[in-house]
Amino acid sequence: MAAHDKAPVTGAGPFNGVLTWVDQRFPLMTLWRDHLADYYAPKNFNFWYYFGSLAMLVLVIQIVSGIFLTMNYKPSAQEAFASVEYIMRDVPGGWLIRYIHSTGASAFFICVYLHMVRGVMYGSYKQPRELIWIFGVLIYLALMAEAFMGYLLPWGQMSYWGAQVIINLFGTIPFIGEGLAVWIRGDYNVSDATLNRFFALHVIALPLVLLGLVAAHIMALHEVGSNNPDGVEIKKDIDPVSGKPRDGIPFHPYYTLKDTVGVAVFLIFFAAIVFFTPEMGGYFLEANNFIPADPLKTPAHIAPVWYFTPYYAMLRAVPPIFNSQFPGVAVMGIAVLIFFALPWLDRGRVKSIRYRGPKYKAWFTALVISFLILGYLGVEPTTVWGEFGEHVPLVGGDYIALWVARVLTVIYFLFFLLMPWYTANDREKPVPARVTW
Amino acid sequence: MKKLLALLLLLPALAIASEGGPALQQAPIDPHDRASLQRGAAIFVNHCLNCHSANVMRYTRLTDLGLTDKQIQENLLFTTDKVGDTMTTAMDPKIAKAAFGVVPPDLSLIGRSRSPDWLYTYLRAFYRDPASKTGWNNEVFPNVAMPHVLWELQGQQGVEVHERADPESGEKHVTRKLTMETPGRMTPLEYDRYVADLVNYLAWMGEPAQTHRKTWGILVLFFLAGFFILALLLKTEYWKDVH
Repeated sequence: MAAHDKAPVTGAGPFNGVLTWVDQRFPLMTLWRDHLADYYAPKNFNFWYYFGSLAMLVLVIQIVSGIFLTMNYKPSAQEAFASVEYIMRDVPGGWLIRYIHSTGASAFFICVYLHMVRGVMYGSYKQPRELIWIFGVLIYLALMAEAFMGYLLPWGQMSYWGAQVIINLFGTIPFIGEGLAVWIRGDYNVSDATLNRFFALHVIALPLVLLGLVAAHIMALHEVGSNNPDGVEIKKDIDPVSGKPRDGIPFHPYYTLKDTVGVAVFLIFFAAIVFFTPEMGGYFLEANNFIPADPLKTPAHIAPVWYFTPYYAMLRAVPPIFNSQFPGVAVMGIAVLIFFALPWLDRGRVKSIRYRGPKYKAWFTALVISFLILGYLGVEPTTVWGEFGEHVPLVGGDYIALWVARVLTVIYFLFFLLMPWYTANDREKPVPARVTW
Repeated sequence: MKKLLALLLLLPALAIASEGGPALQQAPIDPHDRASLQRGAAIFVNHCLNCHSANVMRYTRLTDLGLTDKQIQENLLFTTDKVGDTMTTAMDPKIAKAAFGVVPPDLSLIGRSRSPDWLYTYLRAFYRDPASKTGWNNEVFPNVAMPHVLWELQGQQGVEVHERADPESGEKHVTRKLTMETPGRMTPLEYDRYVADLVNYLAWMGEPAQTHRKTWGILVLFFLAGFFILALLLKTEYWKDVH
């Protein structure tokens, strides 16, 4: 559209002039309308709908705090550990920036996991939102890589040995594994070269990927419109007078304000952790990571940070075959990648769990419980429940936790693999014509 | 959903309950007790710094404990050091390695990598062991390379081992108990107090910003509580239109 055809901007008081000038040279008002003022979202969003915007907030927090950390951090095996302590002690406010960043990493995963639970629970991956879901799973993968590489940077014992263990997992891939692991590390061991490249990937490459994917995720969402707890398409019920969905409200100001309340509550929890318990009992910052990396001294118990532990438990649950750990690695990889297939595995006719049948509800509950218990088992040594299981036949004693992990891994996979059957003939309830409110 | 949340909250408790090893005693420390921290700093400089360093800890940071630069200079510094220096050790790492088999670890962050409870129990758990190289051993850290540096103060402990077979199952139960063989210059109570001061200092040195951090935390939480109330009122006002 030629500039002179556009209507001048109104409603911005003294800024009308300058905004009109900009709008004639840039799609300012179109963007504003498409994504905020004229984007109609269902009015019945509940608690679960806060975590998308909160995940974006955490992304911004991580980028901003990360920029300030980069100003004093030294990505070298000789200096990295001391430079982090320099930030903690000698840089004014450095401890705050560092704790914001370390707490932010865990907060990011909390938000993303709750956001994913929401997506599965209300069928937000189902037609026509498959691409939103795929972009979302890609964000999850990029986030895992981002967190893993960031965790090496403090160069503590857990940083070092965690990276060592996870890179060695790639080494178990048949034929190409050894070469691949060396290629990732840039060395035969985790070393200065590894630290340097992880730093580059952590501060530049992956944040760019994440931002691009988040943009794609939101553009795809705004193209098809948001799902809601009832799984009702609000675009099917348009008010003939206004031409807007009857059950929709403009994102701005309604959801911008509602999300601001969510932000306030989130920040209260976030600040409580940052200021009062930044280590979170060893779950956000591990005690062993306050010891500088020592390639000659392997810690007795290596556990990844909590957000990876469900997959770590699956890895350990799979026995080696032909002396190769690869089957476990493959199971772990597939456990993450299987999320991509979800839109095509689900043959249910309703979206939301509110109208799903009992079979789906049972499997969904089993999935969530399995994931949580696997997460707990992944933190602990495999012998954790030894004392409870002493008298259990066959699997008793030290192997009980291992067998629990095996059973839960199978349940996790069955949720996905049996989905085409249990969703096809489930006793679903009728979906109302409009959202319940 | 509530059940799931309850389970989530329970997990850390389960994790703590499942840790093994000898029982640790709770360290009676208080990061707000400046007198104790100052005593601890003196103990640290006099006894630990001969072999261990605290490479990221600056002497001048002790001003946070209420000391002045002049007091630090006069009482806690080796003559060649400056108050802005970090706490290095005079011992050559090669000589240390030859003497102890390991280089004594840097203690800057020992209060965080080991818990204060561990440190408190450990420093009171040395006993005479003729079989070990240094003549000392430790209940919490078996075959530790460090000799009991504070033995003149605590005295010499020995370990009594009782073995008892369970009359029903036949399982053997071994109990170990530390007993004072030669008393030191301090009574056990005085020594516990002395170690508590040192551990208090070590815990503080692990994160000197911690007291500061909590003060800021209270202010930030008050601010956020106000922000929450305003945000909620504004949201409620706008959402009155939604029917």
